Amino acid sequence: MQVKEYKPLIVAFCCNWCSYAGADLAGNNRANYPAEVKIIRVPCSCRVNPTFILRAFQKGADGVIICGCHPGDCHYTSGNYYTRRRMAMLFSMLDFLGIERERTRVEWISAAEGAKFSATMNEFANTVAALGENKRLEDLRCKK
Amino acid sequence: MLKCSLSVLDSVFSRISEKMDLYLPVKREDGKAEYKKWQGEEWSENLNTVKSPKDFFFPQSEDLVRFRTEGKSVEVIDEREEKAPFAVFGVRACDVRSFEILDKVFLEEPRDSFYAMRREAGIIVSVACQRPAETCFCKAFGIDAADPSGDVTCWKTDSELYLRANTDKGESFISIFADLLTECDDTEVEKEKEKISRILEKLPLNGLSTESFGAGKTEELFERAEWADLCEACLGCGTCTFVCPTCQCYDIKDIKTGNGVLRYRCWDSCMYSEFTKMAHGNNRLTQRERFRQRFMHKLVYFPENNGGVFGCVGCGRCLKSCPVSMNIVKVMKELGDK
Amino acid sequence: MQKVTRDILVKRASELLADGTVSSVLGWKAGEFDYDVTPATFTDTESLEKGFVWSDFSAANLSKYLVSKTKSAEGRILVFLKPCDTYSFNQLLTEHRIDREKVYAVGVPCEGMADINKIRSICGDGIIKIDCGEKLTVETLYADEPFVVEPSEVLLEKCESCKSKKHVAYDELLGEEGEVVDSSRFSEVERLEAMSADERFEFWQGELSRCIRCNACRDACPACTCEVCVFNNPASGVETKAPSDSFEEKMFHIIRAFHVAGRCTDCGECSRVCPQNIPLHLLNRKLIKDMNESYGTYQAGETVGASSPLTEYTLGDPEAGDVLEGGGKNA
Repeated sequence: MQVKEYKPLIVAFCCNWCSYAGADLAGNNRANYPAEVKIIRVPCSCRVNPTFILRAFQKGADGVIICGCHPGDCHYTSGNYYTRRRMAMLFSMLDFLGIERERTRVEWISAAEGAKFSATMNEFANTVAALGENKRLEDLRCKK
Repeated sequence: MLKCSLSVLDSVFSRISEKMDLYLPVKREDGKAEYKKWQGEEWSENLNTVKSPKDFFFPQSEDLVRFRTEGKSVEVIDEREEKAPFAVFGVRACDVRSFEILDKVFLEEPRDSFYAMRREAGIIVSVACQRPAETCFCKAFGIDAADPSGDVTCWKTDSELYLRANTDKGESFISIFADLLTECDDTEVEKEKEKISRILEKLPLNGLSTESFGAGKTEELFERAEWADLCEACLGCGTCTFVCPTCQCYDIKDIKTGNGVLRYRCWDSCMYSEFTKMAHGNNRLTQRERFRQRFMHKLVYFPENNGGVFGCVGCGRCLKSCPVSMNIVKVMKELGDK
Repeated sequence: MQKVTRDILVKRASELLADGTVSSVLGWKAGEFDYDVTPATFTDTESLEKGFVWSDFSAANLSKYLVSKTKSAEGRILVFLKPCDTYSFNQLLTEHRIDREKVYAVGVPCEGMADINKIRSICGDGIIKIDCGEKLTVETLYADEPFVVEPSEVLLEKCESCKSKKHVAYDELLGEEGEVVDSSRFSEVERLEAMSADERFEFWQGELSRCIRCNACRDACPACTCEVCVFNNPASGVETKAPSDSFEEKMFHIIRAFHVAGRCTDCGECSRVCPQNIPLHLLNRKLIKDMNESYGTYQAGETVGASSPLTEYTLGDPEAGDVLEGGGKNA
């Protein structure tokens, strides 16, 4: 099957204490993931305000992924539990508005899971690539 | 005077559409009306639109200039697009007057070239109001809903549409579909005008007086105690300003686009707490002051600076749209001579 | 028609003013027509007699006004609250936005409020008189005979899907207490959920494209009580004044709905005040429905002091992906 040359832009919000280190580990282990994944380091996955996610889409992201510590492992005890509820509700509402649900995702990736980080990013990038460009949450002013 | 049968109206519209974009009031699913580009829809002449046709000349948001950056170089791109001729059909007398008011603001020096370009491209086809709403009070501002101005004026009777060109622009516009029209005298139109005048007499807001307002009334009205009660329920939203055909305040804003900056302008509302918050902050700190500003501007300051012309046309949109039903009529009755 | 009459409200308010229980009355004031009723404060019997309105058009939820009123008022304020308004009242108390000591809340039973837009759809423009009896009698300039309209045909959306006739807060109640209603308020949400993503997108694109960013939904919302909204704050980075791009329409409404998630009592004011008739309540209801299904049934404002689902968690909450896949049914 011919794969399209289109490379989606992915914004990954990564928790400083786990997934960000997981990305480092992926790098150290030479595990590949697409260069189009742009990592934004946050102190905790629950730092991610819904406006960040929408702004990412506005400025050209085709997919947004939130990566935090596994439930029970939050550096601040419970931040990721709030993330889980908030993002579940936010992504469900985006889906309700007809925005493709595959463009958003929450994943729990620990500092030891470099392989999972790279596998997740590869898989997510492929899923988003299959959807094509983000048209439903784009801002045309930012595309000129 | 020219006329055509209402049965050929669709042919008239499609003939115009071949030459230029044609916009007219269309009834929406929710029962309200809005201006839409004609694509075969039925003309809704009896409903006033939620938003006014001011959008055609002064849109809610328009791009002005784009700064594209690459390395250390900045390219300045004029975002202006040449406006092709277009026609706005079915404009009411009040809204036609609103263009004259906007002209005073935008066409005097320094002339607003964006507005001027649209104004030159636009052809205004007005229609006499067959069925004014109970919220209409254009008469208070000296507007005759039975005989509006504009490039072309229309009267609709049960079976015919009568047309009169008022300007050269209007003449050439009518020539687009001249073969569908026949010459006639103005007997029917005079009858229609009379009929409309009788309805206008019956409107509940017919007696509204502007006597207490106008140039030179600032001192009398500014510190009136009634403002406190009048603004009490005001939510500070922008509904009245955004449905208003004469509100003309705007803000100029920048947005970072990723490869530069886009500068655009958009409507602003004096009802907002952040209105004119550029260099020094809003000088009107309470909702009372902001509320007062809107009505003083329409009823006193504007006439003061523009030869006595009021900044309101009595279209009644704010009466229908205000979430708390507070509006200029209530203000005028409360502050006017009782 | 409302079962408890205007005269009963005026009489009770006058008594409470006279005996010094309250020093002002927050109610609804007559306008130019029978339908353009404005929230207003009354301080004496005379003005109550003259201007007080309790009719099928007293729809405005007065609870939000208490945020500013209780800050400035000297004495106690009498406020008339319909059942749905009491939920907003409780929620504002929960968020410490109202000084309860300064309020004397009088519950008023409500039979549902009329939507002037629906009346216009039936009777046309030129409405000069509306008599709110058993049926609404509407006189217009253009019909020889008055229109007789069933109140149930012209109910506001928020009343069609009324969730409760029961007051959850009051100091005294006029008339009889009602019950929590088993409404079908989520049916429209379900209808949209059953659509494909493409259809849903088209639906919302059509609705939201009418937005003029007047902020009426936000400014009328009893849950929106931020001192400065992010959308008004030039320092927030997301401040905007116009729907300059279709993105901005979505941005504003998504963020607003999400910000009131768990705090929205579903009072329906957002949709009632929208000059463009955008069904904004559906965004809030979607969130309420999802939270109910994922985290257990919760009604904001039912009790004072309750914590909302988004400020709580359990160890076994469903994952975001599960909520999406199950349409929220994976509780």
